Amino acid sequence: MPERELITGNEAAAEGAIAGGCRNFFGYPITPQNRIPEYMSEHLPEIGGVYIQAESEVAAINMVYGAAATGAWAMTTSSSPGISLMQEGLSYMIGSELPGVVVNMVRGGPGLGNIAPAQSDYWLATRGAGHGDGRCLTFAPFSIQEVYDLTGEAFPISQKYRNPVMILADAVLASMREPCQLHERRDPPKEKPPWAVGRGAESRERNIVNSLWIDPQVLEEVNWRIEHRYQQAAEDETRWTEHGADEPQILVCAYGISARICQTAVERATEAGISARLIRPISLFPFPSQVIRDWAERTRKVLVVELSMGQFVEDVRLAIEGACAVEFMGRTGGAVMTPAEVAERIIAMA
Amino acid sequence: MKKQRIAAGVQSLLTEEATCLATTEAREPIYTRPDSLTDTPMRFCPGCTHGIAHRLIAEVLDELGIKQRTVAIATVGCSVFAYEFFDTDAVQAAHGRGPAVATGIKRCEPDTIVFTYQGDGDLAAIGLAEVMHAAARAENFTVIFINNAVFGMTQGQMAPTTLMGQKTTTTPRGRSIEQGGFPLNVCELLAQIPGVAYLERGTMTSPKYVRQAKRSVKKAFQTQMDGLGFSLVELVSSCPTWWHMKPLEALKWIEEVMLEQYPLKVFVDKLEAGE
Repeated sequence: MPERELITGNEAAAEGAIAGGCRNFFGYPITPQNRIPEYMSEHLPEIGGVYIQAESEVAAINMVYGAAATGAWAMTTSSSPGISLMQEGLSYMIGSELPGVVVNMVRGGPGLGNIAPAQSDYWLATRGAGHGDGRCLTFAPFSIQEVYDLTGEAFPISQKYRNPVMILADAVLASMREPCQLHERRDPPKEKPPWAVGRGAESRERNIVNSLWIDPQVLEEVNWRIEHRYQQAAEDETRWTEHGADEPQILVCAYGISARICQTAVERATEAGISARLIRPISLFPFPSQVIRDWAERTRKVLVVELSMGQFVEDVRLAIEGACAVEFMGRTGGAVMTPAEVAERIIAMA
Repeated sequence: MKKQRIAAGVQSLLTEEATCLATTEAREPIYTRPDSLTDTPMRFCPGCTHGIAHRLIAEVLDELGIKQRTVAIATVGCSVFAYEFFDTDAVQAAHGRGPAVATGIKRCEPDTIVFTYQGDGDLAAIGLAEVMHAAARAENFTVIFINNAVFGMTQGQMAPTTLMGQKTTTTPRGRSIEQGGFPLNVCELLAQIPGVAYLERGTMTSPKYVRQAKRSVKKAFQTQMDGLGFSLVELVSSCPTWWHMKPLEALKWIEEVMLEQYPLKVFVDKLEAGE
C-alpha cells in the first residue's frame, strides 16, 4: 500500500514499525500514545504477528526482552511515566545485548504531570536507560513523515548494535496529522541471529541470554564491547539537519517539535535582518557534537530551545566545551513557546 | 596400636573401593546425571532441595525428549544460576519478570518449551503481577515455583510465604500480623483463574514425595506440550541455612509445620480431565 496518507504520529509510528519489519508488539495503555497499541492490535494479528496487552509497562518491556531473545523483531511504546517503569527492562536488554525498539511520546512531568507535549524526558532517553553503564540509541523525529521513517529504521539499527533504540517524540507529534509517504511493508529476516534462543538448538551450542557476570573483569569486557558499539554508532548513525543562513550571526540548536518552531523563528529573524542557522540533531545519542562545535566557534552566539527546564542544552554545552556562552530558552509542564517568542530572542541576541 | 587399626581400616576401604570400581565398570550404571543437566557442580548449600528440583526437571526434559527445544528462564534469587545447570537454551530474567519474559519467548516461538524457575521472593513478592496475568492469559508455559518461606540468596529475610511466627533476619521476633501480615498461598490464589491448566503443590522431603513431585513436574510439561495453557508446580522446599536447622531437621520442619500452611494438593489438572 505505498501511498501518501494523512495520518497521526501515533499511526505513523505503528505503521512505520510494521513497514520496518516489526511483527511483535507488547504494550500498555497510556495517553497520548494509545492509538499505537490500538493500531497494532488491529493490524499485527492479520499478518501473523503477535500483539499482547501487558499488565504493566514493566511486563511489556520484559515481554520485549523475551521476544528479542528469540531473535524476533519486537517493540513497545509508551509515554513518560510508563517509560520510567521500563528502565529496569531497558537496562537488562542493554546488559544482555538485546535489540528492541521503544517509542516514547513524551508528556509533561514530573510525576503524573499532564498529557501536553514536553521534551523533559531527554535525560531519561539519552542517559536513563536504567542502572549501569549503558544507553539507548535515541532518535528524535520532528514530523509525521520522520516518525514513520525513523521508527521503521530503528529496527535494523537496533539489530545491528544489539542495543535498544528509543524514538523520542512528544504529545504534539503523537496526535498531529500530516501527509505521510508510506512504503511497502518489509518482512523481518527469516534467519535468526546466531545468539537467539529457542530454535535450531540441535545444530549449535546452547545459547544463553544473560546480563549477570560475577567476575568484574568479565563484566568490564562486556561493558567495553557495548561501549565499542556506541563508538561505532557515533561514526555511522550520527544524524542532524541544518537550516538557515550560511554566514549566521546566531546558531540555534533544537530537536524534535522545538526545532519545528525554531525553523519558523529563524525565517522570521531573517526577515527582520538577523541571520541565524538552526542545527537540529536527529540522533540524540549518538550526539552530533562536532557540527555544533564547528558552527558555535564561528558564530560565538548560541541559543538552545527546548520544552524542558534545560536537559538537551547540557549536551550542546558539552559539545561546545566552553568555547562560547550558550543561552537557553525553555518552556516546561506542557507549555509551548511560539515562533514569535523564539524570533524575538534571536533578534535580541544579535 | 591405634595407628595400626586405622591403617588396616584404610586398607580395607581402599580394597572395597577398588572392588566397587571394578564392578561399576562391568555393569550398566543405574543412576547417572540427566542429559539435561550440565557438568557444572551445583553450588547450593548442604541440605537445600534446589538440587533435587533441578534434577527432577532435567529428568523430565530427558524423558519427554524436549531438551533441544527447551528454553529455561533463570530468575533472581538462588535460582539465578539455573542457566549454568540446565543444559538447554536459557534466558536470565529480572527479579519477578520471568513470566513476562516467558510470554515474549513463547509467543514468538510457539514450538519451544518454556519454563521459569522462580523462588518465593521472585514469584510471590515482586513478581506476583506477572505470574497472575500470565495465568489469566492462559500463557502456555510452565512455572516451577520453589517455596522455602525465606529470601535465601539475600540471607534469609521474610518472604510473602514466611509462616506466622517464623523468625527470619527481618522478622527477628517472628512474623507477626502487625509487622509482616499473613503468608500468601500462591496455588490457592491461582486456582481461581480459568487460564490455569495444571496446578499442583508438592514437596521433596522423602523418596515418596520426590517421586510424586517428579510426576507433577512431568504433567506440567505435558500440559504445555499439549497446548492446554498455564501450568505451575509449587515445590515446598528447605533452606537449612536460613532456617538455622540441620538438613534432616529442615525436612522434618517442612512435613510437620510448612505443610500445615501449604498442604500438598492437585488444584487443577486439565490433562487428567482430558480437556
